[in-house]
Amino acid sequence: MNWLQKIMTPKARPQGAAAAKGKVPEGVWEKCAGCGTVLYRPELERSLMVCPKCGHHHAIGARTRLNAFFDEGITEELWPDLAPSDPLKFRDQKKYKDRIVAAQKATGEKDALVAMRGALKGRSLVAVAFEFSFMGGSMGSVVGEKFARAAELALAERTGLVCFSATGGARMQEGLFSLMQMAKTSATIRRMRDAGVPYISVLTHPTTGGVSASLGMLGDLNVAEPKALIGFAGPRVIEQTVRETLPEGFQRSEFLVDHGAVDFIVDRRDMRDKLAAVLGIMGKQPRAA
Amino acid sequence: MNPNFLDFEQPIAELDAKIEELRHASHGQAFNIDEEVGKLREKLKVKTAEIFRNLTPWQISQLSRHPARPYTLDYINGMCEEFHELAGDRMFADDAAIVGGLGRINGRSVMIIGHQKGRDTKSKVKRNFGMPRPEGYRKALRLMKMAEQFSLPLFTFIDTAGAWPGINAEERGQSEAIARNLMEMSELRVPIICTVTGEGGSGGALAIGVGDRTIMLQYSTYSVITPEGCASILFKSADKAKDAAEFMGLTAPRLMENGLIDKIVREPLGGAHRNPSSMATRLKAVLMNQLDELEAMPIDDLLKKRYARLRGYGAYAE
Repeated sequence: MNWLQKIMTPKARPQGAAAAKGKVPEGVWEKCAGCGTVLYRPELERSLMVCPKCGHHHAIGARTRLNAFFDEGITEELWPDLAPSDPLKFRDQKKYKDRIVAAQKATGEKDALVAMRGALKGRSLVAVAFEFSFMGGSMGSVVGEKFARAAELALAERTGLVCFSATGGARMQEGLFSLMQMAKTSATIRRMRDAGVPYISVLTHPTTGGVSASLGMLGDLNVAEPKALIGFAGPRVIEQTVRETLPEGFQRSEFLVDHGAVDFIVDRRDMRDKLAAVLGIMGKQPRAA
Repeated sequence: MNPNFLDFEQPIAELDAKIEELRHASHGQAFNIDEEVGKLREKLKVKTAEIFRNLTPWQISQLSRHPARPYTLDYINGMCEEFHELAGDRMFADDAAIVGGLGRINGRSVMIIGHQKGRDTKSKVKRNFGMPRPEGYRKALRLMKMAEQFSLPLFTFIDTAGAWPGINAEERGQSEAIARNLMEMSELRVPIICTVTGEGGSGGALAIGVGDRTIMLQYSTYSVITPEGCASILFKSADKAKDAAEFMGLTAPRLMENGLIDKIVREPLGGAHRNPSSMATRLKAVLMNQLDELEAMPIDDLLKKRYARLRGYGAYAE
């Protein structure tokens, strides 16, 4: 037993084969992708996957994010049964059907968007979050439909809508159905705007392609987590097109603030406070529909 | 090989060349070649019909970006009694990859917006290969708003491989420019008819493609990504574009089956590029017809229908 394991509580101490080999078991310790510090996983989770040392924002699951975002105890998941179909019978190296099944198994989600209704500091609110580990958080019919329903619900109840995006863009395997989700979601946002119901788009790492070019950039407020990659085209595509190395910090949150595309950057640990504050001002006197 | 013909069009190119040669050779000669030319013309017709009877989705993709395919300004010339091009987004620049302006068709005042590609090297560069930057989409939005202000129905012509993926485009907010158009078009208070004339490439196409009707020319395509892009990401090789095209469902008949478009306009034998003026005439007739239908509806009903149409896109289980 090394010194680290000696000072750990028995519960956190690695058991079995991993302990016998003297290796760091997966899941208990995590190396920060930002500063390289070895972090105790439960502590990292308590700080919402943000490194307590350097502030690096690691990926966080959609469900975990929403549960942490809403006030405790009173969230309700919306439309959990919406599931993808395979309208094109699409097959590349794998069948789309098989990809769906694999992604569902790996993530426990039906598709790449989770929607919930709950309260933020006592104010009722609808929020959706992209699950990036489900096929890169790509937007197909289910994601578009769930977002549209969330927008319509927020509009009907005049609660406001918050969307946390983390996505590569439109889902290729659903072809033009996916593209049309851009038009569909944007139309629902237009209606919210007409009625003066606030929509806050929180762009997290990464948000690109068809999602960025629709619901992502259409927030009354566009907000970003630190150092998130946000853009229309991915950096690799741009590099291939222009054949030059991209400037440092290109397409990162700070770049987007500098170029006027994003209102402000929020640390994930401050998200509740900051969004509750701005919603408190925006949602105070809704205009009549 | 004639570079102005696609590989599967080569038999057409050869017959074309023979007819030309014969006509040239007989110029000023006493003997009559009418009969011979007539025969060759008939042969050309049969051969063309044969080639075009069973095109693969990949062949159609190639036709949709045929170097001789008519572009927006060709259609405008072929349809309008008058056209006054308008430039600039009033914020940054004029983007030549999108053209637009005030037009008159059959005496009716309209606003027209479309992607524009170039023909020769110089104009291709000027038009940025039909790939707009944010200022192009913002010019389009300015003209849409003007259409609304003066109650002009809006025709859009879609023909782009996609929005420009460049550093400057990102700096100026490519995503926002596209997104805003999608949002604004969903409630623009004039009838909107969108026609895919060539390549309907992803968000860059859709950014002028939201409206009351989506029409496609017979050999145009409409997709979420180019076959090459899809192949390089999902098939791990750009050479598999042919296979990708099969599965992407990007041809007009497939999209019609899936309820994603409203109408297909037949192209002349051998494709729009074989007879651009006839193509323009056909499309004009369809557009006027569709416009009559839309204008018969009160605008609020039209907007409700438009929303229901947009809202209805999707294939999912519940």
